[in-house]
Amino acid sequence: MSDIGSAFAEAAHLIAAADTTLYGIVLLSLEVSLTAVVAATVIGLPLGAALAIRRFPGRAVLLVTLNALMGLPPVVVGLLVYLLLSRAGPLGELGLLFTPAAMVIAQAILVTPIIAGLSRQVLEDAWHEYEEQLRSLGATAPMAAATLIWDTRYSLVTVVLAGFGRAAAEVGAVMIVGGNIDGVTRVMTTAISLETSKGDLPLALGLGIVLVAVVFLVNAAAQLIKSAAVRRYG
Amino acid sequence: MLPLTLEDVSFAAGGRTIIDRVSCEFTPGPRTVILGPNGAGKSVLMRLCHGLLTPTAGRIAWRGSRDERRPRAQAMVFQRPVMLRRAALGNVTYGLKLAGVPRTERDRRAREVLDAVGLSAIASRPARVLSGGEQQKLALARAWALTPEVLFLDEPTANLDPGATREVERIVDQIHASGTKIVMTTHNLAQARRLADEILFISAGRVADHAPVERFFAQPSTTEAAAFIKGELPWS
Repeated sequence: MSDIGSAFAEAAHLIAAADTTLYGIVLLSLEVSLTAVVAATVIGLPLGAALAIRRFPGRAVLLVTLNALMGLPPVVVGLLVYLLLSRAGPLGELGLLFTPAAMVIAQAILVTPIIAGLSRQVLEDAWHEYEEQLRSLGATAPMAAATLIWDTRYSLVTVVLAGFGRAAAEVGAVMIVGGNIDGVTRVMTTAISLETSKGDLPLALGLGIVLVAVVFLVNAAAQLIKSAAVRRYG
Repeated sequence: MLPLTLEDVSFAAGGRTIIDRVSCEFTPGPRTVILGPNGAGKSVLMRLCHGLLTPTAGRIAWRGSRDERRPRAQAMVFQRPVMLRRAALGNVTYGLKLAGVPRTERDRRAREVLDAVGLSAIASRPARVLSGGEQQKLALARAWALTPEVLFLDEPTANLDPGATREVERIVDQIHASGTKIVMTTHNLAQARRLADEILFISAGRVADHAPVERFFAQPSTTEAAAFIKGELPWS
């Protein structure tokens, strides 16, 4: 038990002392996951809006596929991106394997279905309410999509943050395509995994505390934004 | 773009015929009230006219043209107003934006029309927190700002209290006075008497009478119309 106690104490010390190793890892984590979420949002939101508004043959199959992809195992995504980017792979020439860029790609693939799937639900509910009015006013599909996204923006913040939570917390994909190289591709989750197996519990625990705190803060912010918006706009 | 002509228009959904070979004409000028019991097909008929639904048979033509496109110079107000998550003024300028009105003119026209319906004081309030009556007046303002040639109203006062109903009726009269053709559905006989110049009576998806309001109430031409006026419900 004293091990755990002293590990917590040392972890707190590392965080308080602004340990450069620890903060370097935290910063890279945020950089990779935020970039991946931005990319996933740029792709996922219009995709979700199109699925919400358009009716076309094969839509049901696409929705089932999208929902299934929301539960994509990170290690499988990591493996696929690894195969794409490895020297013998189709994109091997780019030399991206074991770089932060590869980690961004893997996490974006992981998060895009989540953002597209969850935003589709939000936007489709709004579309049911707005459809006749928007069509009556002569809105084209792209205009209607833009209106729906704007009008549900506070709910969509929650959607995007759910994607961020998924990206920041996953370890399988970044481990495979990043390689957990010290100072280059080592992020919070891979570092926790490594330090735990090495027995450096204080660093692992310190990182764990920061990771949980980040996820906690992000969700608290989402909640605040949403309740403020409901009070303001009804 | 008027008259609007319907020739043998039918609409079926889910194996059920809702509108059954309706032929009629909407001419410029008189306020037309589409009257009939619940479930007669009034709202569906109006959505067919407005272009939100496509007939499964027959044709709908504006001023005799064979052009199937839906003209822009028409607007519709729904039973439950759909308020966008923005200020009251923003709801009006949104419609103007979609209608292609230049940005500089949108604000002026929106404020004018909000003033005309008596909502200037709440122009900057979020639309979705307004009362039901205010929301419906805002929906009327949003439609009116487009200066439509025809305004369709689908039971615009069905969810409102008597005070708000009176205000909505007054605004509908103002819009008519400004030169817009009014086509409105209702199942309320008193409202039909107050607002209509002519009655299009619908029963079970068919036109069961089409006459000036005085003639309709004095001498209904079908037994269904007569029974509806007397408050009997032979179809239930």
